[in-house]
Amino acid sequence: MIRLNFELPSLTLGKSAALDASNPSAEEDSYALEVRNLSVYYDSFRAVKDINLKLPKRKITAFIGPSGCGKSTLLRTFNRMNDLIPGVRVEGEVLFNGYNLYAPGVDAVEVRRRIGMVFQKPNPFPKSIYENIAWGARINGYRGNMDELVEQTLRQAALWDEVKDKLHQSGLSLSGGQQQRLCIARAIAIKPEIILMDEPASALDPISTLKIEELMRQLAEKYTIVVVTHNMQQAARISDYTAFLMMDEDRAGYLVEYGTTAQIFTNPREKATEDYITGRFG
Amino acid sequence: MATTLSAKALTRRATSAPPELRRKPRPLEVLIQAFFFACGAVSILTTIGIVYVLGSEAWLFFRSPEVDLVEFFTTTSWVPAVGQFGIWSLVNATMMTTTFAMIVALPLGLASAIYLSEYASPGVRNVLKPVLEILAGIPTVVYGYFALTFMTPLLRAILGRDVVEIYNTASAGLVMGILILPLVSSMSEDALSAVPRSLREAAYALGATRLETAVRIVVPAALSGITAAFILAVSRAVGETMIVAIAAGAGPAFTFNPFKAAETMTGHIVRISGGDLSYDSIDYDSIFAIGLLLFLMTLALNLISRAIMRRFREVYE
Repeated sequence: MIRLNFELPSLTLGKSAALDASNPSAEEDSYALEVRNLSVYYDSFRAVKDINLKLPKRKITAFIGPSGCGKSTLLRTFNRMNDLIPGVRVEGEVLFNGYNLYAPGVDAVEVRRRIGMVFQKPNPFPKSIYENIAWGARINGYRGNMDELVEQTLRQAALWDEVKDKLHQSGLSLSGGQQQRLCIARAIAIKPEIILMDEPASALDPISTLKIEELMRQLAEKYTIVVVTHNMQQAARISDYTAFLMMDEDRAGYLVEYGTTAQIFTNPREKATEDYITGRFG
Repeated sequence: MATTLSAKALTRRATSAPPELRRKPRPLEVLIQAFFFACGAVSILTTIGIVYVLGSEAWLFFRSPEVDLVEFFTTTSWVPAVGQFGIWSLVNATMMTTTFAMIVALPLGLASAIYLSEYASPGVRNVLKPVLEILAGIPTVVYGYFALTFMTPLLRAILGRDVVEIYNTASAGLVMGILILPLVSSMSEDALSAVPRSLREAAYALGATRLETAVRIVVPAALSGITAAFILAVSRAVGETMIVAIAAGAGPAFTFNPFKAAETMTGHIVRISGGDLSYDSIDYDSIFAIGLLLFLMTLALNLISRAIMRRFREVYE
């Protein structure tokens, strides 16, 4: 079932004509990711079904929806993190710069070097703050000045002033909010094109959450960000586009509605979207 | 008047239980508790008893006029018949076999732990883990004869019959390594598996390969647990008896040549106590002194291992 058939002012969504993957057109260049007929299975259970989405570059797209609707599963298809879970199967396509991430011969390791991820619970490495940033850069073959990269990255993540005097202390000595900004810094240190964020502030206090949100807005000037969130106010505050997902009778997640955040929150087309954002369920 | 009464009533309520809530005698509970305590006490009392016997008999040895403590700890010749008690020939042989055991057990154990924890699919792991643990269930006397009848001929075939003696510490040590391998592998695997998934995901999300994730993130995070496994393995090798008694040699010898026969501390105790040894002789007392030293060595290693284990969880939480 495809529930995506409407026009947006700036971009056309829905089932567009298939484009030749080897020769992306100019129109395609404004999208960071294009999801086509995507379904994800855990063994025989279909967790996500028939998703079609186009995610614009250098914008923040939020995935909202009730628990268990497949938001995180969908997000994790974008950097092939689901490959690490035994029994997961993906059908359909995720086009990144016009190329299908699930085409045979695509190396998931190379995908993840270009599409970074930040997780729900801050998970810095049990290494120094400096090493947390440097490690990813080093395994990705960074040969430049590491001190410069660490400083510049920590500045981008609005963490430099707080940690500049203790770069060689453990990343775990930081507060939860600082740890999460360290994880964001770690992700941007390898210069990805897209940053996926899976409920990046849900484990944090309100002040830390606000800092993360400010940071996300700044990062959106350079990076495409896709964020899963339980918090509708957060989606409304920070995102440019919002996708609302729900479960059908078989507990498979599907896309109910996708549009600009302003449209979704002020003028939803679907009754279910309206019910969800006004707090009638979920 | 009424107010004082009610105050009294309140006091009674605060200090005495109503009939339905009153504590009932439960004799079985008391009995069971005493029984379990006794069971626990048996092992503790046994340990105390062993330490006492070791200590008192060793005291007889060290007190004897034939023994000089300085000589005991500094010389290398152990010939009780002529009153030479230099522990180093025995300690050296123990260290030789232990070293060879570690050369086998540590790299192979860690590698198989990494394979089981980071690479193997659940199906493969469910088959391999029990198989590996069967190795630990083989009686050590079987390993002893395996060393003597397989490993030694193998070494002699490779290095030459004139180089490798029939009894040698290398052969016993290598086979002891195979014996200890499951211990290292199983404990290291536990340590690796205890590293949270989120750390692996963090590494993968940065474009790390499986090898980079395993070797540079998971192993360092589990290092204290792995170190504890290694130390426990050393302790096990130091105390292992049957293999060295059969294959390492039957006579104290101070040599750094692993292809020559040399008797370890445990091997010596077994041989001497198996022979016709008169009670109350200096020879008899000497084996308790060796036993005490052995006990202190493994105790120290176990304590170090525990201290490292205690700090285990602090590493990534």
